[in-house]
Amino acid sequence: MDIFLQQLINGLVLGSVYALIALGYTMVYGILELINFAHGEVVMIGAMVTLAVVNMLMASGVDIPGIMIVATGLLVAIAVCMALGFAIERIAYRPLRKAPRLAPLITAIGVSIVLQNVAMIIWGRQYISFPPILPMTRHDIGGAGITDLQIFIFVLALVLMAGLVLLVKKTRIGRAMRATAQAPEIAGLMGVNVNAVISFTFILGSALAAVAGLMVSAYYGIAHYYMGFLLGLKAFTAAVLGGIGNIAGAMLGGLLLGVIESMAAGYIGDITGGFLGSHYQDVFAFFVLIGVLVFRPSGLLGERVAERA
Amino acid sequence: MSQKRIREKKLKSRLLAVLLSALLLNLAACGKNETATTGDGEVVVKIGAIQPLTGPQAHLGKDNENGTRMAIDDANAKGISIGGRKVRFELLSEDDQADPKTATIVAQKMMDEKVNGIIGHLNSGTTIPASKIYSDAGIVQISPSATNPKYTEQGFKTAFRVMPNDVQQGKVLGDFAVTRLGAKKVAIIDDRTAYGQGLADQFEAAAKAAGAEIVTRQYTTDKSTDFMAILTAVKSEKADVLFFGGMDAQGGPMMKQFKTLGLNAKFLTGDGGSTPEFIKLSGGSAEGAYSSLPGLPLDKMPGGKTFADKFTAKYGQIQLYAPYCYDAVSVMIAAMQKADSIDPAKYLPVLAGITHDGVTAKVSFDAKGDIKDGAITLYQVKNGKWEVLETVGGVPAPATPAN
Repeated sequence: MDIFLQQLINGLVLGSVYALIALGYTMVYGILELINFAHGEVVMIGAMVTLAVVNMLMASGVDIPGIMIVATGLLVAIAVCMALGFAIERIAYRPLRKAPRLAPLITAIGVSIVLQNVAMIIWGRQYISFPPILPMTRHDIGGAGITDLQIFIFVLALVLMAGLVLLVKKTRIGRAMRATAQAPEIAGLMGVNVNAVISFTFILGSALAAVAGLMVSAYYGIAHYYMGFLLGLKAFTAAVLGGIGNIAGAMLGGLLLGVIESMAAGYIGDITGGFLGSHYQDVFAFFVLIGVLVFRPSGLLGERVAERA
Repeated sequence: MSQKRIREKKLKSRLLAVLLSALLLNLAACGKNETATTGDGEVVVKIGAIQPLTGPQAHLGKDNENGTRMAIDDANAKGISIGGRKVRFELLSEDDQADPKTATIVAQKMMDEKVNGIIGHLNSGTTIPASKIYSDAGIVQISPSATNPKYTEQGFKTAFRVMPNDVQQGKVLGDFAVTRLGAKKVAIIDDRTAYGQGLADQFEAAAKAAGAEIVTRQYTTDKSTDFMAILTAVKSEKADVLFFGGMDAQGGPMMKQFKTLGLNAKFLTGDGGSTPEFIKLSGGSAEGAYSSLPGLPLDKMPGGKTFADKFTAKYGQIQLYAPYCYDAVSVMIAAMQKADSIDPAKYLPVLAGITHDGVTAKVSFDAKGDIKDGAITLYQVKNGKWEVLETVGGVPAPATPAN
């Protein structure tokens, strides 16, 4: 039981990070029907910038607590990622808004490759390690362990998600986002500044990506220029699993994917009698995705919508 | 047509003719497989170096490339003559991304470039499939770091390595875990690469033979960063030693997560984890971890100190295999000099019987192409640095592997 609980904790922490990233995919898809494949790279840039600032502050020898150093790094990373998200949309997607759907998808992949290589040039090819400045105290819950950092990641992710839901449901800009998602032309006629709303969506998603970047790099203790690819793919899977375009779906999909992966890695060997090993955890996660899509093509919480005219 | 235009046209056709004939000459040269020479009549000897230069193991690949480059620069500085002509060694470096598929493509490219010898690859998983291509082309291949026994068991005359193989390393690790660390219950994780899996298999056999019980065997990949789930599974088995067969890019973060989960087992890994990068990536959690590395510790190597000083001044900290790359190149060049030929067919038999004083060891090969009398050294992280525990061997490698 304690092992099961431990796997659940592992899965929820991992899943909350997936969920944060998945929100970036799903918001953009909800409004533009575009898969922003460069989103994983924004997460990577977030992690890299945080680490660069943290390492710089550490090297300068300023006497402030570790948490403050990380917070400073995070704030800089959020600012950089917001600017990056804004720029990506302006440069790579806005000029193609009236182009066939395939064109912005290609530029998205292009942007992703460019960002990866720029990061490789700036920060090098090697792994960058996260200095051990965050508290790592372990707490015992029913035989399973959970560290401060894990609690922090999980709680922060939940708070951010709750904040996002409030923003979308209760504020003016949130209403504008929902209107744009439903019918961009009509929203424009009703006085919504569609371009501003789209820019805002990218900026918001990128800020969440920056936070996710910090979480991943602090949790695993490492960051490198290639980390965004698989993370992006997993988060995209989570978004599709939950029903792409649906905010609650992205959260559910993210948490679910994290738990599935963790359980699969922990138990797949026992279940299959050693035929499949724990390195099949990714295969298992994608297998679940295929299963869901076969029986519910619109995802768990997605609604079946008629093809737009 | 004006006079001027006619002249222009003539000029153009003449240019074209020159270009075409140059092209034909070139083709003819290729057809004859003539050795390339520089303007001063120097013979250019191309040495191909293949290692991962992108991806999680790029730091190790760059280290290998630098070791190879330094050996080539040193040889050029000496001004070597072979077959009565001055030669200049040229490094052709390629990236195999530590990926077996890419490795064979790059290997084929090297054959098209008509290199005189290959230093590589870094990983066993890339070295083994590529070795067939080199064997078919009759090009000598010396791997500085591939340790999977299969590499030299395929019967290829062209395959050599300057590092002892995993049969020996796995045995030393298994004995060490049981006799020195007192392991009764052993957990094993590997990254499913030819290297990681191979070494883990050898370790498992040796640990079992020494009397330990293997309580669980878990798997990851050479690109993973999340090991919480498999480490939790390990924890549930209450193992007292955890062995990881894989590289530092996974080993370091695994060590950190190992501490996060509060595992009490002792952590043991092979040569792939025996790097400063392992300690860095573990984020301060590496204290007490054990590793093994084929060969002597650097300061005990015959030319280790000199090499280390020179290398560090030029390229910074040695990651792992750079000294072995240096030896791979210098033994290849020594064989060329002794055979007085840069033709692989001519210098190969000389290489097979050579004895060369390298920086890592006295290099000579057995019938399969494995280095003779390899030693294995065990290390432990103390105060944030790998410290030497003990060296086992140079005893001759066993004739037949355990699997």
